[in-house]
Amino acid sequence: MKKVEVFGTGCKKCITTEEMIKTKADSIGAEIDLHHIYDPVEIASRGIMTTPAVMVDGKLVHKGGLPDAAEIEDWLK
Amino acid sequence: MLEIFTTLAGAITYDLLQIDRGTRLADAVHFFIEDTTKIFFLLTVLMLIVGFLRSWVSPEKVRHWLDGKPKIIAYSLAVILGAVTPFCSCSSIPLFIAFLSSGIPLGVTMAFLITSPMVNEVAAILFGEAIGWSFTLAYVAVGMGTGMIGGALIDVLKLDKWVEPFVFQVKMAEGDLDEPKLTAKKRLSHAWGETVDILKRVWLYVLIGVGVGAGIHGFVPQEWFIEHASADNLFAVPMAVLMAVPLYSNVTGVVPVAEVLIAKGLPVGTTLAFIMSTVAISLPELVILRKVLKPQMLAFFVGYLALAFIIVGYGFNWFYG
Repeated sequence: MKKVEVFGTGCKKCITTEEMIKTKADSIGAEIDLHHIYDPVEIASRGIMTTPAVMVDGKLVHKGGLPDAAEIEDWLK
Repeated sequence: MLEIFTTLAGAITYDLLQIDRGTRLADAVHFFIEDTTKIFFLLTVLMLIVGFLRSWVSPEKVRHWLDGKPKIIAYSLAVILGAVTPFCSCSSIPLFIAFLSSGIPLGVTMAFLITSPMVNEVAAILFGEAIGWSFTLAYVAVGMGTGMIGGALIDVLKLDKWVEPFVFQVKMAEGDLDEPKLTAKKRLSHAWGETVDILKRVWLYVLIGVGVGAGIHGFVPQEWFIEHASADNLFAVPMAVLMAVPLYSNVTGVVPVAEVLIAKGLPVGTTLAFIMSTVAISLPELVILRKVLKPQMLAFFVGYLALAFIIVGYGFNWFYG
């Protein structure tokens, strides 16, 4: 099971990103362990400066904006 | 090429809506249609191009470039990069913490944070088109100068004590994150996403800005400005700055307002002071920054900016007067 982390301080785009990933995982039947990290200290200490950012299994795959659906599918496969 | 918007506004105002030429209403409606269509067109085109080019510059890279540079270079780079790197205000806290904890001085970090909302390359082009390129130059120089001096002051006065102490205890992850690989197609699609996103965020400011501009253009006579807000009136500049503190608009929204104020004869300095104050000081941004900055620092921040814009206003009025 992939560990997916969404980094965002609670802005609308960050929440939308989380929802997009959830929806995509459901629709392709991928089981994921999804976390949303709101704490700015933890976000910064992980080396991330532009939110929303997404890490899959600890690897940064996206940052600074909404991802598109095709991208998300690639991460979850 | 942009005359098409004047023609379009003329066709709609005089032919379609049948408003009599030369009336105040016609002037206001014509201004509103011309400016909204023109600004949205320019905004979309420019943001697409800029967004594409900008995908090579990220705050993470900026941090790298600033790291270990001599102060004078670090400050100059910070304000230049601040001008071309926008970030969503929800990113400003992680960005602030990451800069400081990786050893970038507080002054340089603040210079970057102050300049970023104030100077925007798309607004610079819109100003050039609407008012003139010397105005663009003044706008960019004032924005960068204010950021640089503000940062340097924070450094000289050793205001680190006004930063919440937990910020300095954050330890950054060792080594660099691998940046996700981007293809040209992806950069373009991100630029498009960003353009749509920014349009969604600023359309209301633009409409309000053009609306206010159109109202002044059509209904406030030039004599009013000459009587109340000429360069001879010493209170005009501080009044303009103080009036603008509680107001907030995205910088693209103030372009049409500035255009009209200048056309009505408001001195350049007073206009600059007003628009800078409108875009640089926003209450929501202050609330967000409160998480990492003590109230004293926020007070210093607002006080410094207000004072800086007042000096800028007098300076330009004196220079052009």
